[in-house]
Amino acid sequence: MGEKFLMKGNEALAEAAIRNGCKHFFGYPITPQTEVAAYMAKRMPKIGGTYLQAESEIAAINMVLGCASTGARAMTSSSSPGISLKGEGISYIIGSDLPCLIINVMRGGPGLGGIQPSQADYWQATKAPGHGDGQVLVFAPSSVQEIVNLIGQAFDLAETYRMPAMILADGMLGQMMEPVEFPEVVPTPHEKPWALTGTKGQRKPNIVNSLYLQPQELERTIIERQKRYDIIREKEVQVELQYMDDAEFAVVAYGATARVVKSAVSKARAKGIKVGLIRPITLWPFPEKEIAAAAKQVKAMLTVEMSMGQMVEDVRLAANGACPVGFFGRTGGIVPSPAEVLAEIEKMAGGAK
Amino acid sequence: MVLNMLIAGFGGQGVLFMGKVAAYTAMIEEKYVSWLPSYGPEMRGGTANCSVCIDDEPIGCPIVLEPETLVVLNAPSYDKFVDAVQPGGKIFIDSSLIEAKCIRTDIDAYYIPCTQMAKDDDLSGLANIIMLGKVLKETGFTTFDILCEAMKKCVPAKKAHLLDANLKALKLGYDYAE
Repeated sequence: MGEKFLMKGNEALAEAAIRNGCKHFFGYPITPQTEVAAYMAKRMPKIGGTYLQAESEIAAINMVLGCASTGARAMTSSSSPGISLKGEGISYIIGSDLPCLIINVMRGGPGLGGIQPSQADYWQATKAPGHGDGQVLVFAPSSVQEIVNLIGQAFDLAETYRMPAMILADGMLGQMMEPVEFPEVVPTPHEKPWALTGTKGQRKPNIVNSLYLQPQELERTIIERQKRYDIIREKEVQVELQYMDDAEFAVVAYGATARVVKSAVSKARAKGIKVGLIRPITLWPFPEKEIAAAAKQVKAMLTVEMSMGQMVEDVRLAANGACPVGFFGRTGGIVPSPAEVLAEIEKMAGGAK
Repeated sequence: MVLNMLIAGFGGQGVLFMGKVAAYTAMIEEKYVSWLPSYGPEMRGGTANCSVCIDDEPIGCPIVLEPETLVVLNAPSYDKFVDAVQPGGKIFIDSSLIEAKCIRTDIDAYYIPCTQMAKDDDLSGLANIIMLGKVLKETGFTTFDILCEAMKKCVPAKKAHLLDANLKALKLGYDYAE
């Protein structure tokens, strides 16, 4: 660790991607993530990389598909409506078993929605980033430093498991500045025998493809992919627990919302309410075991999101009836206030103590 | 919390830059800090605001909804935020542009004719920095030397010729007595 910089989430994200060996960025501007593209436009030419502003989000994700098929580290970045446009390409990349990094700095939806922070793309990211039986790794940082720390992991795991990884941030994290340091990057070498690098007459051609007209063959590829997903569910879950040791109540929240919840949980603790925080850092794979265990420990849980209630469904599945799971959310670009969350915690705990 | 500040004004008054200079003092003092701008339509000529939190502890919510320190550089911002200030908090008003007088008795109000001062001293465009000097004087969120050091970090190399004027503006605000 070295010098600290005061940087916007979007800029720190771009710098971290470059430091982690990403040399190819394909994007299309959209608020609130435009600084990612702007930073890349400034830096990439200086390091011999590619910055390409495509004619649309659809073009950008398909450029990522092409670039990733050569084994190079490629990424794209957008915000909610733009990610919807990328859905087809994401599905093709999943189906082609290619690694890449996708950034979604979420804003309010549906449709063009608004430009203020939101978490209403949880379902899209974790359930159906594109059509078909497929997943992407989903990381949900809650600070600018964590964005930086997760970028390297996202690239590494994407290459380990040959699948896209997504950083699911939001307008608040993208726009805010915080002190950040860039850890020394130790590149993890990944063998890529599948990459299209030219046979030079030495080997059989590789084929990158997502079309299988024989259903038996398609089923086989999907089942093989699902086996990788099982390993990921077992090995790659990340979650932060705070004040959970003696907790009688728990709040589950991720990303920027988890910061608001942390402020509220501290205030509730000061009032004598034994409440803890469960913060999923990976949304897929989801920390099912940790939430199941907590559900047996606490009297009730509350999920807080910037949506009308999306992750809460996964929390309820994981809790599996072991405790009631309530929900509180604001949406459309409104960030819940610590006071609102505190009021909900007090309600859960049976009134102010 | 060392500083829990909301700065509000028109786009172009230097709301975000003022917040950035304040935020850099925390970098120098190795404290936790967050700087959060309003973004979108506000930046294109409407009202802009900026939340700055400095603390010895990690910062939870970076949005300042109930400021301890409120800086208002135009009348709409005064109307919008004056009631949000925490009891015991401080409000800093550019009295060249805002005629209103604060009627709340549970907060301290400071009236600084920053825009006029900037004009009189040939520091046009630096009303925000004059204000920052006064904010420092009344809140003591850092030292004057550290604030000057932060200013040096925030003025980009290609605008280095503007540094002296900015430092002069800080001092002018710091020494201003109503």
